Amino acid sequence: MATLNSKIPEGDISQKWTNYKAHQRLVNPANKRKLDVIVVGTGLAGASASASLAEMGFNVKAFCYQDSPRRAHSIAAQGGINAAKNYQNDGDSVYRLFYDTIKGGDYRAREANVHRLAEVSNSIIDQCVAQGVPFAREYGGLLDNRSFGGAQVSRTFYARGQTGQQLLLGAYSALMRQVNKKKVTLFTRHEMLNLVMVDGKARGIIARDMVTGKLTRHFAHAVVIASGGYGNAFFLSTNAMGSNGSAAWQIYKKGAYFANPAYVQIHPTCIPVHGSFQSKLTLMSESLRNDGRIWVPRKKEDAEAIRAGKLKPTQLAEEDRDYYLERRYPAFGNLVPRDVASRAAKERCDAGYGVGSGLAVYLDFADAINRLGKDVVEARYGNLFQMYEKIVDDNPYETPMMIYPAIHYTMGGIWVDYELMTTIPGLYAIGEANFSDHGANRLGASALMQGLADGYFVLPYTIQNYLSDEILTPRMTTKEKEFEEAENEITGKIDKLMNINGKMSVDSFHKKFGLQLWDFVGMARNKEGLEKALASFKELKESFWKDIKIPGKKDELNPELEKAGRVADFIEIGELMAKDALMREESCGGHFREEHQTEEGEAKRNDKDFMFVGAWEYKGEGQEPALHKEVLEYENIQVAQRNYKK
Amino acid sequence: MDLTLKIWRQENAKAKGKFETYKVKDISPDSSFLEMLDVLNQQLIEDNVAVPVCFDHDCREGICGMCGLYINGRPHGPDTAVTTCQLHMRKFNDGDTIVIEPWRAKPFPIIKDLVVDRSAFDKIIEAGGYVSVNTGGIPDANAIPIPKKDADISMDAAACIGCGACVASCKNASAMLFVAAKVSQFAHLPQGKVEAKDRVKNMIAKMDELGFGNCTNTGACEAECPKEISLTHIAKLNREFFAAKIL
Repeated sequence: MATLNSKIPEGDISQKWTNYKAHQRLVNPANKRKLDVIVVGTGLAGASASASLAEMGFNVKAFCYQDSPRRAHSIAAQGGINAAKNYQNDGDSVYRLFYDTIKGGDYRAREANVHRLAEVSNSIIDQCVAQGVPFAREYGGLLDNRSFGGAQVSRTFYARGQTGQQLLLGAYSALMRQVNKKKVTLFTRHEMLNLVMVDGKARGIIARDMVTGKLTRHFAHAVVIASGGYGNAFFLSTNAMGSNGSAAWQIYKKGAYFANPAYVQIHPTCIPVHGSFQSKLTLMSESLRNDGRIWVPRKKEDAEAIRAGKLKPTQLAEEDRDYYLERRYPAFGNLVPRDVASRAAKERCDAGYGVGSGLAVYLDFADAINRLGKDVVEARYGNLFQMYEKIVDDNPYETPMMIYPAIHYTMGGIWVDYELMTTIPGLYAIGEANFSDHGANRLGASALMQGLADGYFVLPYTIQNYLSDEILTPRMTTKEKEFEEAENEITGKIDKLMNINGKMSVDSFHKKFGLQLWDFVGMARNKEGLEKALASFKELKESFWKDIKIPGKKDELNPELEKAGRVADFIEIGELMAKDALMREESCGGHFREEHQTEEGEAKRNDKDFMFVGAWEYKGEGQEPALHKEVLEYENIQVAQRNYKK
Repeated sequence: MDLTLKIWRQENAKAKGKFETYKVKDISPDSSFLEMLDVLNQQLIEDNVAVPVCFDHDCREGICGMCGLYINGRPHGPDTAVTTCQLHMRKFNDGDTIVIEPWRAKPFPIIKDLVVDRSAFDKIIEAGGYVSVNTGGIPDANAIPIPKKDADISMDAAACIGCGACVASCKNASAMLFVAAKVSQFAHLPQGKVEAKDRVKNMIAKMDELGFGNCTNTGACEAECPKEISLTHIAKLNREFFAAKIL
């Protein structure tokens, strides 16, 4: 059994990463040429890691399920990327970014990792600018910043409302440059379906060519999983339709531990759900909370009149509006962290003050337009307003936007040590796929930072500490029995899926499952609901393998087959989420247990019993997974009740 | 809304394709075009009528560039400045017949039904759509001030999502707007100037080699571009290209 050794280097927190780099083992240039690395996923983490490893001289094989690496869902990140540059002279520093991230994560992240993240954050901005990422600038030609939730400084760099796109295209360009140099081999429209292990080490993957349906075998000296999060388990989320947790789930079943699956981020500012045909939810960037004010009617009868269409929000007098975030959290106001803002919206709507369908609140720009003028607001958020108008058919310059929380990001993920290695030697997890830096709640503009930190500046170093022992390992032919067995396992699974022959489409099933997951393992959880969910998921799993129907053939482009494989895994991931949520008898960050709240309805942690990372070990089909605890020690930050009030 | 759909069906790259007609009922005007196709596919599966229609899509919020359908003779359909996933059914009328085709261009061969292979775009980027810097050892981001005006124009060009609507709308199947967007993004920044000449020559050569046509200034690409990339970037591309060839 693997043990949880987080391999945190010795020394003062500010020196750990420097010391690590000074003493780690390296691979010399001639040997790098002999070593192959597989990277699964080409989002910010995967593309930046692939490019950086290839630049160093390793041979990289990069996989993505889309038709091009540029499509990865990092592209949809809108608002920005944090860095501790202190360009605004507002008191920012590496320590403050570190502190804000730990506090924002509700004291459930590993100190050493987060400090390293804050340290390398500045290099990311330098790197991206050098690549030609057109960040927003001031008239003097220097870089502009804005504020995001959970911070009292302006440290967020941005490229209009398309920051993720620009950063991803930067990493994609770097990746394509290495493809041109033949240092990266690209496998698009390929989905990883299994991990190949030889003598306990990760040695390759089995992937399906999604166009021909052919299973292909790939060897490497190390495998990196950069496949993103599992938020799509809920069916409705801000993730892309193809985003899935399957690569992470396959490695979990091979022995990689899965940490904190219950930590799911619910983003407060999304366009509300409007119909059963709906396929996804669209995020409205957190940056809107810089200038938008969130409110609901102060009186229930006004809320009712608005819902009935008898009253317009613009007709409501100032004193009849309840700016509940400003009221409850004067110090941070509309810029409280996401988990706090989401729960506050749910609280108001549950109490009967919601607008729209009842599950919506207003995000109002009237004040900002009065103060700054429409032109300035348009320059800052024009593309977001346009997107809103196209979807909702309502003009947000005139009527306040309606928003409601939605599933957005998963803080939980594959357990990794300080080197980003999983509990399987030679297997790494980076970006959203791992659990490492955000604790129980991620701050806005920190996902881009973490993805690029892992890919550009952390993994390319730490992976050498492992690969330096592999320089004498010859390449395998992939005809070995381990590859054969891993492929057969998948052939069996695909045949089983194709032979179900039920009546239900995969989407209908996924919607049904997703709703239950949202109801019981969503924004508010309790013991009774979680136990009910666990019983229900067991039945749903049986039903899935009896009732779904996959038309077409397995050896062709078949989106129904792809979806079925992913949904089969989502049901099991959902089960583990519920187990983890049930185990964690406290509220922290995005994990809110109704039994554990303060009198004011704030999350109530239990540091005495739960200040640990919960890492689950797979024990086999039908067996209970085993829980391993990595106790969190805070040596540099005083643990406190999060307070955004003063 | 009740609609009649005429959809291009083609089993694989080699098979002969043809239009098939389907009917869908009770479509909400608030649903997106792709959600309408979801409803159709659901119907095809659960009523056991046919294999569902394949179409590319992913983010469904207009930024990944994966979706792209030729709807009633227009890339991304009748609305302006949107991708197919952002096109909403309220732009159609009850009882309409809608014709849905894949992108039609030689460098974008059909894979199946409405799915085409756009890897030619990756190959163009591979030929030079980058600034040649390795990770690390980079000076401070504020070391080189860049006029806001230049950064803004660069960002206008960089907004391209690589969906291919410009190629699909062009009678010459030209990729000039796509190439221009990348060339212009870098040409307006000091970082991009170092390799400007090689970049423009290599990208144009690759574009020609892959079978994309030339630009005859019709402007269909600009009109159909979901990100409203301006033709002035093609002018910039031409200027960069001539300069690279002459000087």
